[in-house]
Amino acid sequence: MSDIGWAGLGLSLVLVVVAVLLSLWRHLGLERGIVWASTRALAQLLAVGLLLQVLLEPGVSIWWGWLWVAVMVVVASITVSRRAPAVPGIVWLAGLAFTGSAVLTLGVLFGLGVFDLDIRTLIPLAGLMIGNSLAATVLVSRRLVTELDDKRDEVEARLALGQPAAAAAQPYLVEGLRTALTPQIETTKAVGLIALPGAMTGLILAGVDPIDAVQVQAAVMFLVLGSVATTTTVMALGIRRRLFTVDHRLLQIGGPARGQQVGEKDGEKRV
Amino acid sequence: MDATGDVPEGGVTVIVGPSGSGKSTLLRCCNRLEVPDRGTVRFRGSDVTTLDPLTLRRRVGMVFQRPTPFAGTVRDNLQIAEPALTDHAAVLALERVGLAPPFLDRDARELSGGEAQRICLARTLVTRPEVVLMDEVTSSVDPAARLALEGLASGLAAVDVPVVWVTHDLDQMRRVADHVLVVIGGRVVHAGPPGRLGSDAPDEAQQFLTGEAA
Repeated sequence: MSDIGWAGLGLSLVLVVVAVLLSLWRHLGLERGIVWASTRALAQLLAVGLLLQVLLEPGVSIWWGWLWVAVMVVVASITVSRRAPAVPGIVWLAGLAFTGSAVLTLGVLFGLGVFDLDIRTLIPLAGLMIGNSLAATVLVSRRLVTELDDKRDEVEARLALGQPAAAAAQPYLVEGLRTALTPQIETTKAVGLIALPGAMTGLILAGVDPIDAVQVQAAVMFLVLGSVATTTTVMALGIRRRLFTVDHRLLQIGGPARGQQVGEKDGEKRV
Repeated sequence: MDATGDVPEGGVTVIVGPSGSGKSTLLRCCNRLEVPDRGTVRFRGSDVTTLDPLTLRRRVGMVFQRPTPFAGTVRDNLQIAEPALTDHAAVLALERVGLAPPFLDRDARELSGGEAQRICLARTLVTRPEVVLMDEVTSSVDPAARLALEGLASGLAAVDVPVVWVTHDLDQMRRVADHVLVVIGGRVVHAGPPGRLGSDAPDEAQQFLTGEAA
């Protein structure tokens, strides 16, 4: 068993000192950043650990676990809206994407009995799911907005041919989703060959049988793959709906609809 | 904008005016890519906002300033406009824009500007539009392609597909127009046949047409 204790934790700070010394030696100017990041990580982990310790006491209601998941969804949604602000109302969309993904992926893992549902499993699995989907969600949002904005001429040419918004946006939606999903697929392929993943490493360090650890890790990988696919798809479809009007016009991205700026005065035009 | 004017049911109607005068916006309103805040755009007597936009856009075809070939072959491009298009119909569409059948298998994004613009016109024509809007379609092509596209517009009008052609080029207006709307500062300041423009147009139209405000 690897119970490193407070002394072990203190000794591991030597490695932070090494990073600071390297920064000082090469004049990188990153010392404050390294110290701040390490301190903050330690404080955050301790806070989470203490909270988990309370929640994992016998007799605590599972609803506290669900509340924790809800808070994670809210924080992740706000993070997405800050990193990809061009889409109006993206915070709600991200909330819907993470919630939908949580329902689906956790529903499969707990509903089919892969894991027993209790706070000890719910919080880490939800954390893995949301944490790993966050980057892909930001990526698909930015990519889709950029694609539709950069290729506005092409999109409008498709609309002008009578294509509905869904069809006109489809090639750019595919591009955005492929960009967001490919890194996760590559990570899934490389697991075990290049890097030992976190859940498995943690279990092995904690003394769990490696085959048991592999089973958990594989289930976690599939959870992440499923959740990344779900959140990015919900985001992409939602963004598409928000960037087109119901009468199949592409809105000005980052501003009001082009049509709202036209302002034709009492004029009439017949063709 | 104050764009009151009629486009006749035949020939090439040129909307002419200086850059930024609202010509393209006017055209985009006809195709429902934009909707005016006020006023009405009518197509064959119907307010276009009361028509299904997807059907309207196929009846009122539009070719844009910059060629917009989609990824894939020329055949793929034509089939995006009309998925059920046969090879025979695709060849006929190419003939209408003066391109030979072997173009069907060419990569649409490897074509010259003029060729790509013709493909865009062919792509619009396979939807069988009742009128074609052409928004400064020669601004990014060479002189030979410019003349070819002008000829294609006149050819379409001759076979009963009226064309609305936007330009800021007065020489081009004189070459292609059967009817002219002069748009300045978002307003239609004059409408009429090109031959009479010099005589009865108001001052601001006269200034533009004589090159003073261009």
